[in-house]
Amino acid sequence: MSERIKTGDGGIILTNAEDLMNWARLSSLWPMGFGLACCAIEMMATYAANYDLERFGIMPRPSPRQSDVMIVAGTVTFKMADRIRRLYEQMPEPRYVISMGSCSNCGGPYWEHGYHVVKGVDRIIPVDVYVPGCPPRPEALIGGFMKLQEKIRGKREAVPELFLEMEAANQPAVLS
Amino acid sequence: MTFQEITDTVTSQFPEHAISADTKNPQPALIVPAQGIADICRFLHEDERLYFDYLACITAIDNGATADTMELIYNLTSIPYGLDLTLKTIFPRNTAEATLPSVPTVSHIWRTADWHEREAYDLMGIAFEGHPDLRRILLPEDWEGHPLRKDYDAQERYHGIYVRYEDGPTLEPSDDPDRV
Repeated sequence: MSERIKTGDGGIILTNAEDLMNWARLSSLWPMGFGLACCAIEMMATYAANYDLERFGIMPRPSPRQSDVMIVAGTVTFKMADRIRRLYEQMPEPRYVISMGSCSNCGGPYWEHGYHVVKGVDRIIPVDVYVPGCPPRPEALIGGFMKLQEKIRGKREAVPELFLEMEAANQPAVLS
Repeated sequence: MTFQEITDTVTSQFPEHAISADTKNPQPALIVPAQGIADICRFLHEDERLYFDYLACITAIDNGATADTMELIYNLTSIPYGLDLTLKTIFPRNTAEATLPSVPTVSHIWRTADWHEREAYDLMGIAFEGHPDLRRILLPEDWEGHPLRKDYDAQERYHGIYVRYEDGPTLEPSDDPDRV
């Protein structure tokens, strides 16, 4: 490769629509700004200066209508379950869910005697990434976000499946 | 004023009620009948020698099927005299289908009793006679049962979600192709 000085003139980037869309989505994951229990303290620490989630383009939004990802940070009680389901339904698609901490993964310490705790938020909404811990360290939450970014990077949803099926059906029959 | 003097004052004021003192434990308690609780509290609150103006806490206890009793414990403080008093009342508990045990409210004497009694009703199933607004305070309105009782069985589902861990998830498998 010859050495060329980058001038910024006439540069062309070739990509496809899917990769561009996925790149845009994974580079600005806006979580819904809410927390349920002690995990929310770790989540706030992750947003704050030391761990600075904004360097990943992650900043909390005050409305489900503006959010891409829901971090379920804490114990989900039955009283809260209806609200969480409604907030999830209010988020525009594509939407993702990170379940943060043991409580929202599986009920955590309340799994046996917690009459008021939903034994895992995946009983009410679909979860993309589970972050283990009680509560997880900020590094673990960042790890969860990177896992989610990886997942989005591999998405192939710009081409509808129906189109692929039609394309396959229209292949001319190979003559022997 | 010592605990003994308080006991004597209350006993002489209410000869019709069987009031006894429990001094076996480091915190002595005055054991009063459930039906007299409102009158006795009114007296403790208003008498110029006592003036118990602060209700610190109401505790409810379920002693289980063997003892077949429930307890309510009132922790009172007289701020001007620097006195503390523990009032205890023991009454029979109800079985599964029977009506809830009933105790007169003290919410008209101390406003703070309003929410304390609602909590005792919510979690222990003790009905307070004359309470102005006896609703659940912590659990959702449509909850079944009183969860801190010894005979509480968790309901099978709440709003379609299985309550017990071993019953497993109720969510239908998602149609998201990325989900396994």
